[in-house]
Amino acid sequence: MKVDPECRYSKTHEWVRVEGDEAVAGISDYAQHELSDIVYVEAPEIGDSFAKGEVFCVVESVKTATDSYMPIGGEILAINEELEDSPELVNKDPYGDGWFIRFAVEDPEEVDKLMTAADYERYIERLQKEGEH
Amino acid sequence: MATRTLLYDRHVALGGRMVEFAGWMLPVQYPPGPNAEHQQVRQAAGLFDIDHMGQVVVSGPDALTFLNRVMTADVSRFGIGTAHYSLMCYADGGVVDDTFIYRLDANRYFVAVNASNNAKDTHWLNYHRQAQERVVIENVSESTYMLSLQGPRAQDILAPLVDAALDRLKFHRAVETWLLTSPRVRVLIGRTGYTGEDGFELFFPTENAGLVWDTLMEAGRPFDLAPIGLAARDSLRFEPCMPLYGQEISATIDPLQAGLGFGCALDKEHFIGRDALLKVQLEGPHRQLVGFEMLQGGVARHGYPIVIDGAVQGEVTSGMYSPTLDKMLGLAYIPSQYAAIAEEIGVQIRDSVKPARTIAKPFYQPSYRKSIAQRSRHAELPK
Repeated sequence: MKVDPECRYSKTHEWVRVEGDEAVAGISDYAQHELSDIVYVEAPEIGDSFAKGEVFCVVESVKTATDSYMPIGGEILAINEELEDSPELVNKDPYGDGWFIRFAVEDPEEVDKLMTAADYERYIERLQKEGEH
Repeated sequence: MATRTLLYDRHVALGGRMVEFAGWMLPVQYPPGPNAEHQQVRQAAGLFDIDHMGQVVVSGPDALTFLNRVMTADVSRFGIGTAHYSLMCYADGGVVDDTFIYRLDANRYFVAVNASNNAKDTHWLNYHRQAQERVVIENVSESTYMLSLQGPRAQDILAPLVDAALDRLKFHRAVETWLLTSPRVRVLIGRTGYTGEDGFELFFPTENAGLVWDTLMEAGRPFDLAPIGLAARDSLRFEPCMPLYGQEISATIDPLQAGLGFGCALDKEHFIGRDALLKVQLEGPHRQLVGFEMLQGGVARHGYPIVIDGAVQGEVTSGMYSPTLDKMLGLAYIPSQYAAIAEEIGVQIRDSVKPARTIAKPFYQPSYRKSIAQRSRHAELPK
């Protein structure tokens, strides 16, 4: 499972990449793999604000609909419009072309509470081990 | 604890994701994923482990009389070596199960039933067998293994492995023959399936499951044969609008509402549910199964409400992304007065109502039907 070292991660498998006052977010490689073929992403509206932990997207895979939670609070500046016609980009390139949103970061300190790439790697290793039992 | 099929370890070795379905552990998908598996079957071939399906052999001098009473189809018209879709109904017209009946001999029928209804169906058949009737009802599910080989290359793969001329086996015909495995395996092959593609279903003694699977997988290699999971099995049956028990049909939905009148011989003198179905036919079904397309995305899933003119009027039975049409499609029951005229309907997805448009069924024209349509068009050409 790939982990992008530039990103921070939530326990619910969203990643966030901070770029100045703004940040980009999506779901991790582990998440897309667990969900399998993604067929639709219900995106928020530009201008919507979400607190950390609020549902900002719903990811529809072949078998189920799964909520995505805001890794840190902020206001939506852009959504990935490519996903409307090509939701499979989330499967193919979860940290790149499969990004979900760009948003204005409300409180940069929230970022520090998220897992680093190394922490997240250990976290999913643990989940995979638990899954085998 | 869910039952593992004899091929469980093979599925795991192939990277199958095992899930519980109708009391069985089965692969929901393999590494290529549901959409790729779906296309594989439409374009090449796929192999399905469907041992969870049930099989019942009904035999004896009164087998025909008996089956004709419990089945909606006219079993008296079934020739030896043919396979037919038929339902079993309750007296009120609700569906006990939908089945495929293979007539093997003058007095021997093989009935393939849904996994989730296997025990119920056997009980239902036994319950309706009259004391004086010379009929043996034998559930052979445990001793019978079922694999399905589907797709345009299915015949290329299977023909060299069978001691019969498969190219001459027509659609919905069946043959009892030998698989040329080592050792040979006795097999019932039907040119049947539930994908909308040409293909075959194979029934053979359970102990040969590994041998037959391995032989087919090996023989299929030059033809791009892939193992197919439950998710693609669902989307493959959904596109040609083939009903799934518990969704399009159930104890509370009759076959006429579901558009399955072709499987009900209402001109038969009697069968369980006939009176109720005649009444439905006379009055018209109060609701009908319609197909729809989502206009602005969203996945309409089983159980989601259908909203017409601001009020909930029906429910989605199946809905998903259609890999062949690259659209979000669905099936839903709506009141008949809307079925004919409603073009714009809404699907409530979580807290919003998303627009949809009713469209013609089936979404995907089965390939065998296409060839029949072509033949009949040719036949109509002026000489």
